[in-house]
Amino acid sequence: MSILNGKYFIQGENEKWEVVIGLEVHAQVTSNSKLFSGSSTKFGAEPNTQVSLVDSAFPGMLPVINEFCVQQAIKTGLGLKAKINPYSVFDRKNYFYADLPQGYQISQYKNPIVGEGEITLDLPEGSKKVGIERLHLEQDAGKSIHDLDPSNTFIDLNRSGVALMEIVSKPDLRSPNEVSAYVKKLRSIMKYLGTCDGNMQEGSLRADVNVSVRKEGDTNLGTRCEIKNVNSIKFMQLAIAYEAKRQVELLESGKKIKQETRLFDTKKNETRSMRSKEDAHDYRYFPDPDLLPLNLDKSLIEKIKKSLPELPDQKKERFINEYSLTPYEANILVSEKEISVYFEEVVKNSDKKLAKNWIMGDLFASLNEKNISISESLVTSNKMAQLIDSISSGIISGRTAKEVFEIMKETGEEPKKIIESKGLQQKSDPKELEKIIDKIISDNKDKVKQYKSGKDKLFGFFVGQAMKVSSGKANPQLVNEILKQKLK
Amino acid sequence: MSDISKKSLTEIVRLVKKKEIKSEELTQSFIKNINNDKKLNSFITNCSEEALKKAINFDKNPKLDTLLPGIPIAVKDLFCTQGVKTTAGSKMLENFVPNYESTITNNLWNEGAFLLGKLNCDEFAMGSSNETSYFGNVINPIEENTVPGGSSGGSASALAADLTPTTIGTDTGGSIRQPASFTGIVGLKPTYGLCSRWGIVAFASSLDQAGPMTKTVEDCALMLEAMAGFDKKDSTSIDKKKENYLNKLTDNIKGLKIGIPKEYRVDGMSQEIDNLWENGKKILKDSGAQIVDISLPNTKYALPTYYIVAPAEASSNLARYDGVKYGFRSTKGDNLIEMYENTRSEGFGDEVKRRILIGTYVLSSGYYDAYYLKAQKVRQLIKKDFDQSFKKVDAILTPSTPSSAFKIGEKKNDPISMYLNDIFTVPVNLAGIPAISIPAGTDNNNCPLGLQLIGKPLDEQKLLNIAFAVEKKINFKQSLNRWWEK
Amino acid sequence: MSIDKDKIKHVSKLARISVDEKKIDALAKDLSSIFKFIEQLNEINTDNVEPLSSILNQPLRSRKDEINDGKIREKILENSPQKHEEFFVVPKVIE
Repeated sequence: MSILNGKYFIQGENEKWEVVIGLEVHAQVTSNSKLFSGSSTKFGAEPNTQVSLVDSAFPGMLPVINEFCVQQAIKTGLGLKAKINPYSVFDRKNYFYADLPQGYQISQYKNPIVGEGEITLDLPEGSKKVGIERLHLEQDAGKSIHDLDPSNTFIDLNRSGVALMEIVSKPDLRSPNEVSAYVKKLRSIMKYLGTCDGNMQEGSLRADVNVSVRKEGDTNLGTRCEIKNVNSIKFMQLAIAYEAKRQVELLESGKKIKQETRLFDTKKNETRSMRSKEDAHDYRYFPDPDLLPLNLDKSLIEKIKKSLPELPDQKKERFINEYSLTPYEANILVSEKEISVYFEEVVKNSDKKLAKNWIMGDLFASLNEKNISISESLVTSNKMAQLIDSISSGIISGRTAKEVFEIMKETGEEPKKIIESKGLQQKSDPKELEKIIDKIISDNKDKVKQYKSGKDKLFGFFVGQAMKVSSGKANPQLVNEILKQKLK
Repeated sequence: MSDISKKSLTEIVRLVKKKEIKSEELTQSFIKNINNDKKLNSFITNCSEEALKKAINFDKNPKLDTLLPGIPIAVKDLFCTQGVKTTAGSKMLENFVPNYESTITNNLWNEGAFLLGKLNCDEFAMGSSNETSYFGNVINPIEENTVPGGSSGGSASALAADLTPTTIGTDTGGSIRQPASFTGIVGLKPTYGLCSRWGIVAFASSLDQAGPMTKTVEDCALMLEAMAGFDKKDSTSIDKKKENYLNKLTDNIKGLKIGIPKEYRVDGMSQEIDNLWENGKKILKDSGAQIVDISLPNTKYALPTYYIVAPAEASSNLARYDGVKYGFRSTKGDNLIEMYENTRSEGFGDEVKRRILIGTYVLSSGYYDAYYLKAQKVRQLIKKDFDQSFKKVDAILTPSTPSSAFKIGEKKNDPISMYLNDIFTVPVNLAGIPAISIPAGTDNNNCPLGLQLIGKPLDEQKLLNIAFAVEKKINFKQSLNRWWEK
Repeated sequence: MSIDKDKIKHVSKLARISVDEKKIDALAKDLSSIFKFIEQLNEINTDNVEPLSSILNQPLRSRKDEINDGKIREKILENSPQKHEEFFVVPKVIE
């Protein structure tokens, strides 16, 4: 594969192949209870403790919809600039699997709650709009555990019935990087809205990736294969790269692509056909007769619209204007809601340029090093603001601040306390500095003579001496000013 | 006291409330009848022992201000009863003991009643003769070797034979009204949504309704009052104020308009049925009601529509019977798919399997539009027919069944002829409206036949009133000689 | 439409019901006659008719997002034909 002029392609024998990708993201709705039952949705509970009679499909059990999950779907739809459908229907998707107790999944087929929308991706080569086809609500299935017993599978139904939003993109994605940006942006929007926590390790976000290839310049869509249940961005990228290459090789050797469902093997880094799936899954969708059509009041949709928090794109624009950030910088600072909140808290009480540099530089580095999120860092926004303020007001130099920061990130101590206890304050008393400088000048008369006769580089020597004498605490700006004056 | 088990429910309740009879004595009399029965096979689970304990307990501290104080009631084995086996007439649930109680039975127990036993029925409510039950055929107490009708055959039979003072059934295509007609009792299918479906083994979700089966219309009003009510656990439950059907029951139906649909006069209808229908019309006229000729043009398409919609929903509702969470699991099968296939093949009877296959088919890719979608459109037309008619009339009078009870085995090999039993009852379920069958007389073989009154949605009071008026004038009396005790 | 053996085999696979080879012919005959019966609907014109979306004319009722169920593992598992400690147990799927 290669990237030419920002475009990703697979280099075949004789020609370039474009990769066309569509994503079906399954996002677990943030809610206390399940979509159609009152069981808890909390992650990590003991097996089968968050299961009701309804979730395990006992005879005579009936679904009742969770109004909050509906609102979450509407919120997400609005965040995707999508059409909210005032009329939608819940359908049964019929198939058999051990972790599907009803023998059907309640989903939405022809009449989803949300229609077309779009997401704007922020890519190095510029921004790109990716179309959203639809969003619908459906039940999640339980978990099958295959590796606890050689001949049996163990079933845990805790997840059975948890609300999912299935977000289907248009086949507008063209590279693994675009896919990464898409998932990150989608996740960011939902986290901003509080509709999905986007935690891929906990399974809150999974995707089915549809991949097809076509010769460069061709406008028809090739036969696609679906790679099911990929639960990390890295795996999505690897899966796409492998699958695209596989398809190109097949087509170039004259074979046809068989439209099928595949799995991504994370150990071998390759996709393979799912042997257990039959030729065609006939889900026999029909409207669930235990439910009624969902009719949404316009006033409800308006109310939710008004209550939406500022979304990443809006915030980015505002940051660029209010804080004089570049688009690149703004992107980074709005990528996660918590980061944007942190930044604004810091900037309230300190210099915005220093703030952005310190946050994007030293702070982010420390987060990576410790593998924690910004809210887990011991360097709270208050403390960060304090540190930056100490620099702006001349109490410490930028270099000293880095020392202080190293301590802060490990102990969470306030910078003021660290500076005081270690006596790190800059020497900024002009009289004191004058004294030091006078002494240096008088001790180095020959160098002064040399400097005055044109050896400009020696200025650094005097600065260095001042720093040495003051154990690095002399205020560099003042030293510069005073030296300049005295060496005139 | 003369045989209390022959009395009507309202009469029994009156006696209990007046303290003229204790619950224990009452319960014993029904237990005696149950134990003496050697032929009917109307019970799957006999709860006599428990019932007697409850009766004795009730008598210690009788609460008499409820609707059904100290009354033992046997119910169709489709209602999940906590701690008591609930089989749905199937091997699949042969040993299933629910740890929850259906809303309907809970409503009865809250009114002071208690469980007498679980009654036999067609497997998963699929049948019109109670010949598909895993637990054997039920016999009609009217005559040996005749079917009681179905699917609530056990309920009808037990009630007609005085093995229970009252009972409840479910009606998806006629399963309360048709057996009521065959056994000479009263059976009501309420408006869809009036009675909760929570805890009832589901057959066809958009058609199923629980309803009372009783000896008299008064009893029916009393039972409906106890059963009906909003249930927030059922999304298809109607939220309306409870009604006092019994208190408001009256036979004054002057001025009401009763429609006679011409399409219900089918080819080959027997003279006896026609006579009873005519008699019904006369009675209504004599009571001051007006007879109006109406047309329900799409009537003949109701049965084919039903046999697409019901199996479709059933095929999906019965997918949960997979041997994983409860119920029967086959010992054959090395992997999951084989286990499923064998469990469902061994666990379900032939009629159920047939309907699941039909249902799966009509929903399948390529056939959905031609069958299921088409049927839902025709259903719309059938409903509209009723809506239109109800602009002109208050209720509709038809026969309940095209024949009286037939012989066991007579229609078993011909599915279509079995399905035709429901020709008059099915349109009602498709439209979601209420209907009641009352005994109208007998045919030349002394087998009972019913007349059906169909009402507007949520208009049960009016329907019961009309039925009450007609019942009074018909004065149907059934005296069986308890041949099943020999 | 006549229902032939292949159709029955296909549909029974979808429905996860194994059908005895010996019974297939009789089943095909029964189903064919049933389908002939239900195909009467072809006689009727439904071009401008909306399918019935619900027999009830009321909005879909919803419930509040409260946790008021679950935590009944024993009850959930007690009827299972095969279980192991906290899980339902089924034979393995061949992947």
